[in-house]
Amino acid sequence: MSSFSAKRVRADLTVFGRGYVRSRVGLFFSLIFPIILILLFGAIFSGNGTSSIPVYVQNNDNNSPASQAFIKALNSTNTMSITLAPAGGNFSEYLSQHSGSEGIVIPSGFQSDVTASPRVPVSVTIYGNPTTSTNGIVTGVTDAVVDAFNLHLANASATVTTQSVSVASKTYKYIDFLVPGLIGFSVLTSPMFALVNISSQYKRDKIFKQLSLTPMTKTEWLISKIMWYTLLTIVSFFLMTAAGTILFGAHVDYTLAIIPFLLLGPFLFVSLGMLVGTVSKSVESAAVVGNLVTFPMMFLSGTFFPVDTMPAYLQGIAHVLPLYYVIDGLNNAMIYGNYTADLIDIAVLVALSVVIFGLAVRFFKWRED
Amino acid sequence: MKKAYGALQAVDGISFSVTEGQVFSLLGPNGAGKTTTIEILEGLREQDGGEVRVLGYDPWKQGYELHKKIGVIPQGFKFVDYATPKEAINYYAALFGVKVDAGAILKKVILEDSANVYFSKLSGGQKQKVGLALALVNDPQLVFLDEPTTGLDPQARRAVWEVIRNLKSEHRSVLLTTHYLDEAEELSDEVAIMNHGKIIATGTPAEIIAQHGTGKPGESLEDVFVKLVGEEATSAAEAAAAPQTASRRRW
Repeated sequence: MSSFSAKRVRADLTVFGRGYVRSRVGLFFSLIFPIILILLFGAIFSGNGTSSIPVYVQNNDNNSPASQAFIKALNSTNTMSITLAPAGGNFSEYLSQHSGSEGIVIPSGFQSDVTASPRVPVSVTIYGNPTTSTNGIVTGVTDAVVDAFNLHLANASATVTTQSVSVASKTYKYIDFLVPGLIGFSVLTSPMFALVNISSQYKRDKIFKQLSLTPMTKTEWLISKIMWYTLLTIVSFFLMTAAGTILFGAHVDYTLAIIPFLLLGPFLFVSLGMLVGTVSKSVESAAVVGNLVTFPMMFLSGTFFPVDTMPAYLQGIAHVLPLYYVIDGLNNAMIYGNYTADLIDIAVLVALSVVIFGLAVRFFKWRED
Repeated sequence: MKKAYGALQAVDGISFSVTEGQVFSLLGPNGAGKTTTIEILEGLREQDGGEVRVLGYDPWKQGYELHKKIGVIPQGFKFVDYATPKEAINYYAALFGVKVDAGAILKKVILEDSANVYFSKLSGGQKQKVGLALALVNDPQLVFLDEPTTGLDPQARRAVWEVIRNLKSEHRSVLLTTHYLDEAEELSDEVAIMNHGKIIATGTPAEIIAQHGTGKPGESLEDVFVKLVGEEATSAAEAAAAPQTASRRRW
């Protein structure tokens, strides 16, 4: 049998890479298309960067000083952006007319009740859907403001207070997650779609048979493809992070911990694409199976949205998708600097890659039997 | 040599040998088993029974050694779209670890004018010639050409013939399959006619005409072929019909 030859791999890499660049279609999808996605999603989500919750407030107390002080206190929490609704009138109706989901009503007599002696209990009404997280925030913040008011009125001061410690020095923006997510997207899609197509087409056109009549081995052929897509991934990585940081101020840590993912990703998905293409009977069925494997990963692995914002059952699915570990690893390396968590991602990817590469080589038929 | 695909006996016990430096043609209608035979000889498929030796090698087990000494164009040769004939030759040379003069090979297959045209832009005949060129990169002793002229226009066919004659003049052996009888008659030193996985006639074109023909003057190999394969078809139909009637009676 033949031994591994770097010269043959290089010869194959030259012909394949040259053809890839010349056809331009592949280059568009592997390098340009991910940049377009960054521009698109970056523009959509970075416009209104404030995370405050829109809240409508109806002040039925004739703009009394106490009610105004209350609204000012709400405003100073910086969690709500307050819009004043006209006094009186049906507030529920007003909310639905303005597509508002959160509202607070200050009753008439607020000032006189809180300043009366003896004091008369008064309540502020909160509107909203209790099952939503925004309503929880509005209720909690309003309660806190009310407590502060009560303490102030009782001339007391709080015995138990809270103090917050910031966990990270920076706050993360959507674009910070989008860049590694879309790098993962490109690590997945460009080798998967290409290899599914090439492997089924070369089989149909008997190009594999022909190559089997040369001293090149199928492992050499596959390694040349892995090298090409690794190269593309590295170029794509720098283009995408540049677009993200320059245009949208994305935060990227250029650390060595990124490298394993830029190598393991293409290794894994070239092998997986090869496996899908090679076990399929025709070019058409290969494309169908390829899409079935690729699409769930494309959307559920944290490409466009961080996985921990998804419902629990979808998170469960995400954890069995190989791409999840590429994106999670990139997030840990590029955003959090959590290298211990990276080790787990790397371990999972190494195991998956070795198994899938092995299966691809095993089932990939160079010649017939 | 034998090879079955499920119930279909594609190659049903054939035996032949090719003399060094000669052009040997395997003829037969579509589905006769020519491509299966040639792919077994190339080491692309394993035979079910019999013994195969090509240049002294067992093609299936010693393919790696054999492939350095043979050249092959598969039926309907295709290559990477965005590579030129010249690049294709240099690629193969690197794979075989040999140094070649791409220009000289292109000249040999009469393709030097299209040396730098992408494969996808070449005509059918030119594509086939790229296949021929690649088959010659490793300076093979034996060249397998599986229907090298199918689908080509007459001019391109003649050009491929020219190349095959050149191969012979360089003392390379050629194993050719074709269903163009004029081509076989024109080029071959020896011919075997296959039908339904069996060899039904063998010899030089002249011998076959003499043995199996009607003896009329001016009879071509094609006339004899049609007669032979036609007889086979008739007797096969009779053979197939006979047990049917028998089984009908039983029911």
